[in-house]
Amino acid sequence: MARLFRWFQALAFPAVLIAALEWYTRGPGAGSEALAPPSLALKAFWSAIADGTLWQATAFTLGSAALGLLIGALLGLLLGIVLGLSPRAARMGFLSIEVLRPVPSVALIPLSLLVFGFGLRMEVAVVAFATFWPMLVLAQAAARQVEPRLLEVALALGLSPRERVTKIVIPAMAARLFVALRLGVAIALVVAVTVEIAANPNGMGYAIMIAQQSLDPALMLAWLFWIGVVGFLVNELAERAQAWVARRMGGVR
Amino acid sequence: MSRANHTSTGRAGAWIGWAESAAVLAALVALWWLASHQQWVSKVFLPTPEATVRSLLDGLNLGTAPDAPRGELAGFTLSTVERMVLGWLLASLVGMALGALIGISATARAWIQPTLEFVRPLPASAVLPLAISLFGLSPSMVLSVVAFGAMWPVLLATVHGFAHVEPRLREVATALQMGRAAFIWKIGLPSAMPDILAGMRLSMTVSLIVSVVGEMIASQSGLGQAVLLAARSFRASELFAGIILLGLIGFASNALLALAERRLLRWQKP
Repeated sequence: MARLFRWFQALAFPAVLIAALEWYTRGPGAGSEALAPPSLALKAFWSAIADGTLWQATAFTLGSAALGLLIGALLGLLLGIVLGLSPRAARMGFLSIEVLRPVPSVALIPLSLLVFGFGLRMEVAVVAFATFWPMLVLAQAAARQVEPRLLEVALALGLSPRERVTKIVIPAMAARLFVALRLGVAIALVVAVTVEIAANPNGMGYAIMIAQQSLDPALMLAWLFWIGVVGFLVNELAERAQAWVARRMGGVR
Repeated sequence: MSRANHTSTGRAGAWIGWAESAAVLAALVALWWLASHQQWVSKVFLPTPEATVRSLLDGLNLGTAPDAPRGELAGFTLSTVERMVLGWLLASLVGMALGALIGISATARAWIQPTLEFVRPLPASAVLPLAISLFGLSPSMVLSVVAFGAMWPVLLATVHGFAHVEPRLREVATALQMGRAAFIWKIGLPSAMPDILAGMRLSMTVSLIVSVVGEMIASQSGLGQAVLLAARSFRASELFAGIILLGLIGFASNALLALAERRLLRWQKP
């Protein structure tokens, strides 16, 4: 019962907002080219599901976000481990990283467009750049905080550098890595949609842009809602996965 | 973290560290020089460092050539910075005000916070199409989207900060018979300040990103539009000059905020 009430509480506010929008667009704001009644948006949403454009665009956005995150996270992880384990390397890389890191990822959209043209690769490149830096910083912090005695054990066992990383360092940082990965998922999705809105004629971001440009506010609102739902679900999943790993591998202190 | 570092290496060690760090950066630039001059990467994408510096200086009207056309990069940089800072200030004010109103009452939190959590992961740029159809392609449209996107970190941080005010401070406020406004001003905001400042730092990053995207889409004059036009007409050195300026803006705004944060939170340190 208490749970049911909490659901009601959560849904009441958006329901009031949606009802207000419905009333406005049917009444004083009827015939507007900017807004549409939510009921029409729902209809547009159904037809987008029915003709498959919804799934296609969603798959493109999620796929390129995932691929970009994979590349950015792997590279960030590798460099982060090196910098985290070797204070000397961290000192040497410090200035270069501080110079490159503040470049906003969207500034690279035109460059990526110039190099790769429209399509999957330009979007993946920008997402990889955007996720690389936070992964690098967090992986470096995680590697620095690996229990020194574990590293001594690795030395005593005579493990090779590669074994040291795969058998000792990565398992010891796993819980922290998933925290970083959760952040990376959020960034990757936002950047992917932004790239599509700004330049790339594919995916959910382009779909919402086109709906606006063809003066179809119902479809535009449907896409806005769907982008919100996808963002919420993806973040929720990432959070769950991270909590699960934290329980299994020992929490992050 | 680096306790050993502090004791074993003194001032000289720090200097060597800086020198090594600078050497690595110089090596990267040298690699860039080599890659562009040897044509490992096509000149269409990768200009030479000299050409980039020349574009940067010409664009900022610092070039030596007297007959060079007047560069516009300084003006673009100024308008991007203006958009970013204005949007950020608006976002911070509105975010703090709304956050305080929602955060102060447990009832409001219970009813509204789930909706806020739902909207939080929404990419700010996804609101651009809606804003375009509502307000048209105008500077105020871009500004409103910048403020909207940058508001979330501050808003959520304020709500969080208000929800976690030390219970004894609440009791003090009740004992002193403080009104709601006095509680927000004298107890709520100061104790939520660390959260709010962290949120404001994040929202500055968001402001810069949304400003650039807004300039690209809505053709408002600024660095976002400048880099897009440079790329479309294959002027790689101007593109790189714009990217460098955007990086500088990001670096400077972050550094300034970090400094301000340390100043403002000094009272918290024991």
